[in-house]
Amino acid sequence: MLLALIVRRILYALPIAIGVTVVCFSLVHLAPGDPLNAVVGPDAPADVVASLKRAYGFDKPLPIQYAKWLLRAASGDLGRSVATGRPVTEEMRHSIGNSVALALVGAVIGFTFGCLFGGIAGYAQGGVVDRVASFFALLGVSVPHYWLGMVMVILFSVEFGALPAIGIGPHGAAIWAWTGADWAHAILPAITLAVIPLGIVTRTVRAAVAEALNQEFVQALRAKGLRPGAVLRHVMKNVAPVCLAVMGIQFGYMLGGSILVETVFAWPGTGFLMNDAIFRRDIPVLQGVILVLAMFFVALNLIVDIAQTLIDPRMRRGTTR
Amino acid sequence: MTLQKPDYPSRRGVLIGAAAAAAGLALPGPAEAQAIAGVLRIGMTAADIPLMTGAPDNGFEGYRFCGYTLYDALCNWDLSSATKPSDVVPGLAESWAIDPKDKTKWVFKLRHGVNFHDGSPFNADAVVWNYDKLINKSAPQFDPRQVALIGFRIPSIKAVRKIDTYTIEFTTPSPDAFVPYQVVYIPIASPKQWEAVGKDWAKFNEHPSGTGPFKFDKFVPRQRAEFVPNKDYWDRKRIPKTDRVVLLPLPEPNSRTSALLSGQVDWIEQPSPDAVPQLKSAGMQITSNPYPHIWPYHPSVLPDSPFHDIRVRKAINLAIDRDGLVKLVGGYALPAKGHVLPDSPWFGKPSFDIKHDPAQAKKLLIEAGYGPSKPLHLKFAISASGSGQMLPLPMNEYVQQNLADVGVKLDFDVTEWQALIDRWRAGAKSPMNKGIDAVNVSYATQDPFSAFTRFLRSDLHAPSGVNWGFYSDPAMDKLLAAAQTAPDPATLNAALARIHQKMVDDAVMIWVVHDTGPRAMSPRVKGFVQAKNWFQDLTPVSVA
Repeated sequence: MLLALIVRRILYALPIAIGVTVVCFSLVHLAPGDPLNAVVGPDAPADVVASLKRAYGFDKPLPIQYAKWLLRAASGDLGRSVATGRPVTEEMRHSIGNSVALALVGAVIGFTFGCLFGGIAGYAQGGVVDRVASFFALLGVSVPHYWLGMVMVILFSVEFGALPAIGIGPHGAAIWAWTGADWAHAILPAITLAVIPLGIVTRTVRAAVAEALNQEFVQALRAKGLRPGAVLRHVMKNVAPVCLAVMGIQFGYMLGGSILVETVFAWPGTGFLMNDAIFRRDIPVLQGVILVLAMFFVALNLIVDIAQTLIDPRMRRGTTR
Repeated sequence: MTLQKPDYPSRRGVLIGAAAAAAGLALPGPAEAQAIAGVLRIGMTAADIPLMTGAPDNGFEGYRFCGYTLYDALCNWDLSSATKPSDVVPGLAESWAIDPKDKTKWVFKLRHGVNFHDGSPFNADAVVWNYDKLINKSAPQFDPRQVALIGFRIPSIKAVRKIDTYTIEFTTPSPDAFVPYQVVYIPIASPKQWEAVGKDWAKFNEHPSGTGPFKFDKFVPRQRAEFVPNKDYWDRKRIPKTDRVVLLPLPEPNSRTSALLSGQVDWIEQPSPDAVPQLKSAGMQITSNPYPHIWPYHPSVLPDSPFHDIRVRKAINLAIDRDGLVKLVGGYALPAKGHVLPDSPWFGKPSFDIKHDPAQAKKLLIEAGYGPSKPLHLKFAISASGSGQMLPLPMNEYVQQNLADVGVKLDFDVTEWQALIDRWRAGAKSPMNKGIDAVNVSYATQDPFSAFTRFLRSDLHAPSGVNWGFYSDPAMDKLLAAAQTAPDPATLNAALARIHQKMVDDAVMIWVVHDTGPRAMSPRVKGFVQAKNWFQDLTPVSVA
């Protein structure tokens, strides 16, 4: 049954993927600015521009460009960056790893504290702790990334000199390492990235816990004389699917590597890559990154669905309908 | 029935748990390895390491850090002085001259005893090979991307020929005095190295080899490039004083500032003007110097534009309070008196004095038929940001106010930088510029073609050139031709001065300010001389 669900979800993912490619292809081509501006000097003669357009295939009608791109993408070839000449897959290899690392650290921070704050607030509804947690949750979802990142840099890098302001490591490595000094580089961007999911997860968990506590089964459990810890386990199990769904979506957003966070901290992930690609109209890179990130999102949703099914037997029954 | 408030698990327990988790995450933060003596770390504005093939991208910043560091051209820029205008000086060529028998030929005598970083010798074959990559489609090293990036900088070089091991000859379609100002943009790369990396320019970019004062050492795409001194550099005066230069792409101005303040870099390009007081108070050095940059409005002089009338062009030039604008950008600009810097040998003696004179502006507008009963409406295409654009939004709003003071209503069509470039390339006649009276695109005026010819010659009207506004004057064409055929540098400078004089007197543009290129560096950085040039010499710089 579970296998059927997985197969079905994978099949659903296909049209979503194609839809994403159409949308991303149209969007990047609709944006003003010549895709060759990055590689053409400002005064380059028209014939040079035209011949380069031919070389990159930008002279063809859009549907043909799209079809060609899709066919190549299906075989794993996302083309070459217009700006750097490097294959898009190579451009993305390191940046995806760096964004995943940052997202993982951010997720651990955001989800741990989100669950903790949300859980406490849900338990102690209306109390001081609840208000404080709700305040932080609201702050988390409202505060702009960009601003928070800069304030943290000013505080912790410039004023206290405690943490580095930019980069992924002290030695100019291509990939963030999980060891030693590289951690210092990840702390500020990860916290900045974690703030929004922290707020959202706090709110979700709070609402879910509060709701679960008001349900009759809790009363029944307590009436049966279960120990508080055991009752908590039951509450958690009931709350988990909702929280998992929210966290899955949030993790997807984080994987996308916030453009703003990565730009502020010069963190060479997908967001940093996209920022450059947008400003230079590097269409192959843009399309490649958007496609891969969208696929990540689809895959993540699939994993969340499966996890939910494993946790909550009611969902498994749902699949047979 | 109301539920009793649940009392499990104890609140204190949960709080203790939360505190423990928080403590676990608060890792001891090893501070970033701080400055190392002898290592110069530069935060660039580019979002990626510029190409190191000898044909840099990322505009002049690319040339500045990944061009003239690793490479020499036949002529180099003289970047040794902060006071005198920066001109071309011998680089890999020791001397050059127009062939007296055939004025369409330039002969360059090459420097002896120079080696590329890979050890292979520099000679006439290497020069021919480097130009062939741009002009000879059948050459194996021909690279369309490099042609697109820098090929337009040698518009008049049609052929190159080796005369002997240390002499080469360029052929131009007609006599052309600008050739030295063209070859200065063509860094000479090692043919041997290109072969060693499998005749692949992408691989060459990862292992570049030139003859410049710095040698390539390390490259992490999008993160850093590291250069070390070329101890065998032919110009002994320019052996680098640093042990290592590290280039870091930091496109976000606030991140650059933070990186400098926290000691992660020693030097940043273009700090935002509002960060300068903070940088100064932290003990940072701020250097600046005017360079051949102009922030103008390039008007359409087509019959349907109000700027068709020279009186309107002059009036708008006189309506702008440039001193106020300079204050607006924290003092890091110089009021324009023309297209080039006032101390340029090309400035000449224009009779139209560009200054703030609103009364005269109003008078000229009335003469041109505009006044309270028929106010002048203008629309300029501007960008929200962009290379060399300084602070386009506040600056344009300031000008808008200046123009309102003389009764002119100025509207803006704000586009994104790349979109503005498209509009600029398309020219004033293009449908995409319908209703636009001028474009606000900053210009480099470093060499005669970039400064004058491209905007003034009547056969370079957009889209075949970037004479955006369709300026056309047979007298100007004659002056341009005279400059191009000048037999020697002194005559050339005099001819260019006449061009500039006419350009200002015709008010071909509305000139506003020249940028002064502020950069900020740690007090440990010593020896930097900011030349009046887009490019700068890193060789005298040391880091204590």
